[in-house]
Amino acid sequence: MYNFPTKQGYFGRFGGKFVPEILIPAVEELELAFEEARNDESFKKEFLDLLKEYVGRPTPLSYCNRLTEHYGKAKIYFKREDLCHTGAHKINNTIGQILLAKRMGKKRIIAETGAGQHGVATATVCAKFGLECVVYMGEEDTVRQKLNVDRMRLLGAEVRPVYSGSKTLKDATNEAIRDWVTNVDDTFYIIGSVVGPHPYPMMVREFQKIIGEETKRQLQETEGKLPDYVLACVGGGSNAMGIFYPFINDSVNLIGLEAAGHGAETHMTAASIAKGQIGVLHGAKSYLLQEPGGQIQLAHSVSAGLDYPGIGPEHAHLHDSKRVQYYPVTDADALEAIKLTSRLEGIIPALESAHAIAYLEELMPTTSNNEIVVVNCSGRGDKDMGTISKEIFGD
Amino acid sequence: MSRLKNVFTGKKDGSIMSLYITAGFPEKTSTVNLVLEMEKAGADIIELGMPFSDPLADGPTIQYASDVAIKNGVDLDVIFDMVSEIRKSSRIPIVLMGYINPILYYGLEAFCKKAGESGADALIIPDVPIEESKELKAEAHKNGLDVIYLVAPNSKDERMKLVDTESSGFVYCVSVTGVTGARSGEEVAKSVSKFKDRVKASIQKNPIMIGFGIKSHDDAKQIAGDVDGFIVGSALIETIRSNYPNSDWKEKTLAFVKALKGN
Repeated sequence: MYNFPTKQGYFGRFGGKFVPEILIPAVEELELAFEEARNDESFKKEFLDLLKEYVGRPTPLSYCNRLTEHYGKAKIYFKREDLCHTGAHKINNTIGQILLAKRMGKKRIIAETGAGQHGVATATVCAKFGLECVVYMGEEDTVRQKLNVDRMRLLGAEVRPVYSGSKTLKDATNEAIRDWVTNVDDTFYIIGSVVGPHPYPMMVREFQKIIGEETKRQLQETEGKLPDYVLACVGGGSNAMGIFYPFINDSVNLIGLEAAGHGAETHMTAASIAKGQIGVLHGAKSYLLQEPGGQIQLAHSVSAGLDYPGIGPEHAHLHDSKRVQYYPVTDADALEAIKLTSRLEGIIPALESAHAIAYLEELMPTTSNNEIVVVNCSGRGDKDMGTISKEIFGD
Repeated sequence: MSRLKNVFTGKKDGSIMSLYITAGFPEKTSTVNLVLEMEKAGADIIELGMPFSDPLADGPTIQYASDVAIKNGVDLDVIFDMVSEIRKSSRIPIVLMGYINPILYYGLEAFCKKAGESGADALIIPDVPIEESKELKAEAHKNGLDVIYLVAPNSKDERMKLVDTESSGFVYCVSVTGVTGARSGEEVAKSVSKFKDRVKASIQKNPIMIGFGIKSHDDAKQIAGDVDGFIVGSALIETIRSNYPNSDWKEKTLAFVKALKGN
């Protein structure tokens, strides 16, 4: 029986809490608050009610008939996280964490964001609960995800561009941690993925596992069985942990797709598992892209949400234990998948989710007609129209 | 007696001065001489920063120095060479300070061995709290290196006692919550006295060095007068930064060090 993390926050040899002393009281306080909350029926009820009435859950599990015909093999389903309020799975987690923040009496919320989806999801719940919100975002991302910057501002959040390092998600996370170190008494840091020090990777997984639980139930209703394959893109890896976790003890092939950028063999990549070594960043031990000497390598992906040199520690463990297979998918293949899915299914997926869809090209020829493949369509592509216009239409 | 212990023997007037500089800032070749000169100007302990690309407990000043040092080609082997070179003519205690990732990449065992051999005295690794420290401490101690842990204003008394038990060399007392270089001495002085009372009650075994927000001799007297000493990092780096590459950057820097010490 799979039973991670340990009390110390380890998934095998990954995870832990590598934080400055100033944050030790904060992560301990959070750990206690989360343990109390998860065993409190009223907390669970409030969380699930909000997911239903505010987020719009359960999200559909859509049968993709034309994509299925296109490949002529296994049946393909999409788990439609793109239909969540705010356009991605990120809000499942921000609802959970803001309820916790409220419970802990915190007045101020901070967050980091890459593609802006987590930033928008955080700004949204802060508006809903009336809390102050500061979102750190790499300057490069504020340009390529301008639409989300304006959404956050409209929702009343302050977006602080980060100019250090690669000016992307990694640096936004550094800056958010610096803010947390400075304002630790009254500030709650809503981390957007299954990364960071313990208890974050576990806590975010717990708030996201509703994706997999619903998928399991919905497929049972329509097909009367478990899927054969579940596919999800992995940056930090929250949508993937969310859909994988409820299947972890089942005989289901779980496949995580990393962003290879220009190719996992190049320097322009974000494929931490294919190319990384074990290291410590942002509070946890995991696989990281590193330069010789152990400086963190700048990641590259066309998708801002996957443009991160690390991966959640639980994924590192699931890779080590071989329970999940991880493969890299290039920028170009992800863009092709957006075109295909848009035309065949009338669904414009997020660039991030398109990495998972793109893997169907490899997977489908190896499947058979009586099998079922579920892809987590973790977000919608509206936010990516700027990049898509440039990359696909050459505008 | 170890070089670090020796510094604290017989003194308890807040006058021990520990200076932080990032190794290889502003130049790769400037560090050895700068350390030796700073010793003459009054430094009692040197904290040599091992640069990291993502220093998440540091403010803009030390981030900047780290970036420059990395661009200057500084890695751990370069730093070991610097320490060996300093050891040829000085017994000033050298504390290596930096984040854990480059150390893991180098190999914890190899790192501690080389650090010990080169003549370093202690380690401060801010992103490795006691919880994650078992291997690091074992390897460090095997090679004669002290491991120094930190306490902060939000550390509970019990935690401070644990830090005192686990630390050797001294305990690094962070005067305010926040990153390095962010606050003024005045701000710190206002909030620090209550915290210091708790620190003094809890830290019994180790000398107490206080850092964060100290920019002048007056700050040092006010903030650290009743502990063993004080640590200055960002203000020193800022002095170098604002004078480099003028021909007198080093004189200006050493004048600042003398003034800090009150000489």
